[in-house]
Amino acid sequence: MPRPGFVLEVDRSTPPTLFWYGERFRLERLPTGSRVIYAPEPHAPLADPDAAIASALDNPLGDSPPLSGLLRPGMRLTIAFDDVSLPLPPMKSPDVRGQVIEAVLDRAAAAGVDDVVLIAALALHRRMTDAELRHALGPRVYDAFAPHGFLTQHDAEDPDGIVHIGETDQGEDVELNRRAAESDLIVYVNINLVAMDGGHKSVATGLASYNSLRHHHNPATMVHSRSFMDQHRSELHSSNWRMGRLIAASGIKIFQIETTLNTNTFPEQFGFLQKREWEWTMKDRAGFLAASKALQHTPPKVARSIFHSIRAPHAMTSVQAGEVEAVHAVTTENVYAQQMVAVSGQTDILTMGLPYISPYNVNSIMNPILVACLGLGYFFNLYRGKPLVRQGGVVILSHPTPWAFHPVHHPSYIDFFEQVLSQTTDPVAMSTTFEESYARDPWYIHLYRTSNAYHGVHPFYMWYWCAHALDHLGQVIVVGGEPRAVRRLGFKPASTLADALEMASDTVGRDPSITHLHAPPLLLADVT
Amino acid sequence: MTAQRSLLRTFQRRSFPWAAPTCPTTIEPEPAEGTLGVDYDTSWSRRYPARLARAALLDWVSAPAVRLLAPQRIRGLDRIEMLSGPAIFAPNHVSHFDTVILLTSLPDHVRHRTVVAAGADYFFDKRWKAHLWSLTTAAIPIERTKVNRASADLAASLLAEGWSLIIYPEGGRSPDGWAQPFRGGAAYLSRRTGAPVVPVYLEGTREVLPKNARGLRHAATQVVFGTPISNVTGEDARRFSERIEQAVAELADETATDWWVARRRARAGSTPSLRGPDASPWRRRWELESRIGVPKRRDK
Repeated sequence: MPRPGFVLEVDRSTPPTLFWYGERFRLERLPTGSRVIYAPEPHAPLADPDAAIASALDNPLGDSPPLSGLLRPGMRLTIAFDDVSLPLPPMKSPDVRGQVIEAVLDRAAAAGVDDVVLIAALALHRRMTDAELRHALGPRVYDAFAPHGFLTQHDAEDPDGIVHIGETDQGEDVELNRRAAESDLIVYVNINLVAMDGGHKSVATGLASYNSLRHHHNPATMVHSRSFMDQHRSELHSSNWRMGRLIAASGIKIFQIETTLNTNTFPEQFGFLQKREWEWTMKDRAGFLAASKALQHTPPKVARSIFHSIRAPHAMTSVQAGEVEAVHAVTTENVYAQQMVAVSGQTDILTMGLPYISPYNVNSIMNPILVACLGLGYFFNLYRGKPLVRQGGVVILSHPTPWAFHPVHHPSYIDFFEQVLSQTTDPVAMSTTFEESYARDPWYIHLYRTSNAYHGVHPFYMWYWCAHALDHLGQVIVVGGEPRAVRRLGFKPASTLADALEMASDTVGRDPSITHLHAPPLLLADVT
Repeated sequence: MTAQRSLLRTFQRRSFPWAAPTCPTTIEPEPAEGTLGVDYDTSWSRRYPARLARAALLDWVSAPAVRLLAPQRIRGLDRIEMLSGPAIFAPNHVSHFDTVILLTSLPDHVRHRTVVAAGADYFFDKRWKAHLWSLTTAAIPIERTKVNRASADLAASLLAEGWSLIIYPEGGRSPDGWAQPFRGGAAYLSRRTGAPVVPVYLEGTREVLPKNARGLRHAATQVVFGTPISNVTGEDARRFSERIEQAVAELADETATDWWVARRRARAGSTPSLRGPDASPWRRRWELESRIGVPKRRDK
């Protein structure tokens, strides 16, 4: 029986706490009285995933008929699936996307459907490599579709590949991938790693254009999403729901399939990363010492490649299929059941150790903008109710924050860091002054469409993800970060946690409450 | 020198994570995972690398050492030649040295595919002990103080996989040299798996390593294998266990006298009991030493 998550109050007997530090780790002794939030233990995986998938397809939720009832000869079927940003770290084979899509294709074959196209729902993310596609879909699906051109990746900048569906009652443009929009059925295969994923956001964001995305990927929407993990208090979701309902009203049929994973995030040799420190066995301590000592002397590039080769032993805990909203309601409850931790009261200082990976640097470099996005965009938003840290409080991040960028994956990030952040860190100011020029830049568009580059506007979106935190916090400090890069972000660098706590006292006083978010594995704080 | 000092400093650090973590006082520690005692996983000791190491140890270290320290006379090997499958060896038990003597006396093809049932509370209570006995003797943990299904299941599954088993039916070493009543473990496993029981009589090992002794002494030893016996239809484990004890007693008699005398006494139902006379401790001791013909001396 997995143990639920809980909040530890640090006392003199509490061993030092593990902080992620990019591709390394730190053991920090938190002041007595601090709190540490630990994630629930991984839930048991489905005993027979294939049977569960079959059952979900044959017994859909909401008003949807079973998948087989939606398939017929001569129809156009589009299967869209989440891209390389999910799950994190990439899961070991078989990836649930491949498992689910095989089951869908089995039924399509049985129904005599010939016109089937698979689309990686990238939105404005970088194109996946062949190896990444093969891993996500499995070799059988990949080899059956990729050589014939039936495995495609969404291109938000293809003038012929985007179709305007209409406008919501709030004046939001809805534009979608033409192939998907003109299909008789879209089957969307999700991996719902966190509560934010899935629902109408799958199609309305994953298969959309910049012209459509800009309506909810902007500072105003982000500031009013409290948080992204709480659909009912997230303006990001409200916008996507309006778009999703417009899509449904326009006659586009979507059969939504959502899967949840447990929080079994790291393989056995890194088991100490998801255990409570006082329960570390001799093997865990030896593993930690060996890993941390070795990584101290490992060149960053090598360390990065080691970590990015990690395949998570995530296992599927549920699968739901059918009508989008009915499916997503059940999925969200399942995600909450795995990740929710009850936390009483906010804190003055929230500390977080940031790992080597975020949704946007899989097999890539965690550049300073992504460091900010992971800390302030994602980890800060891992709450329901109230933010973990109080209004005007301090967030202390632990990450080396190197001034380093992947030139292929993040070309516009480099210019954004040099040109935009050097002038302003205000999301609203940069959105009005710079966003349009980056979004319409033909060179960035060319790289997005033909290479493996994120869209030109993407670094803005990453910064917008931070907008709620930036609006809420009094100060952000990065422990162990490269000072120049940290200052460029508008944050303060500190050499040690003790220094950071001392610096924070300027904002929150000499006797602040401190809470540490012990993640990953991912958790969601239900703050009351 | 600098490197040495650095290494020394490294090992002198005794705080977490070099040392075991302390538990926050607000946390009730989880009960330790069952990785010792009957829960200790011995499967690694039956994989080829461990078997190879054990074979080398037994054949190249233990056997020559036994020949020097406790030269054994092995009798009755012809009685177990016909064994075509796994068997349960059921010897009397007076010394820790019994296992070494018996293992080094078994035919090669049996020795390298034999596990030893060892008290989980004694041999598997610490990790280093569990590792040591698993590696050197292929020991498996057996619960001695209560019925434990896991112990029985493990032993039965190993017999089914073709491993022979040494199990001491007395459940522990004799405190005074006379046998204790045989328990039903060997009989139960034989009934459950169909593997025959080979009665074995060991003599002289108490002189080599008495209970509570700190060192080994030189003494001659004897290992006598009896004819394999199986459970007969309708016989319960208790009766079968009594028959095993009787078979070992007959081997002891055979060792003290000769085969013909022992056979006649067995037929007449007058085989001396392994358990010794029902008398005061000194008389039991006196009787034991006069019976097995070892010089009278004081144990330290």
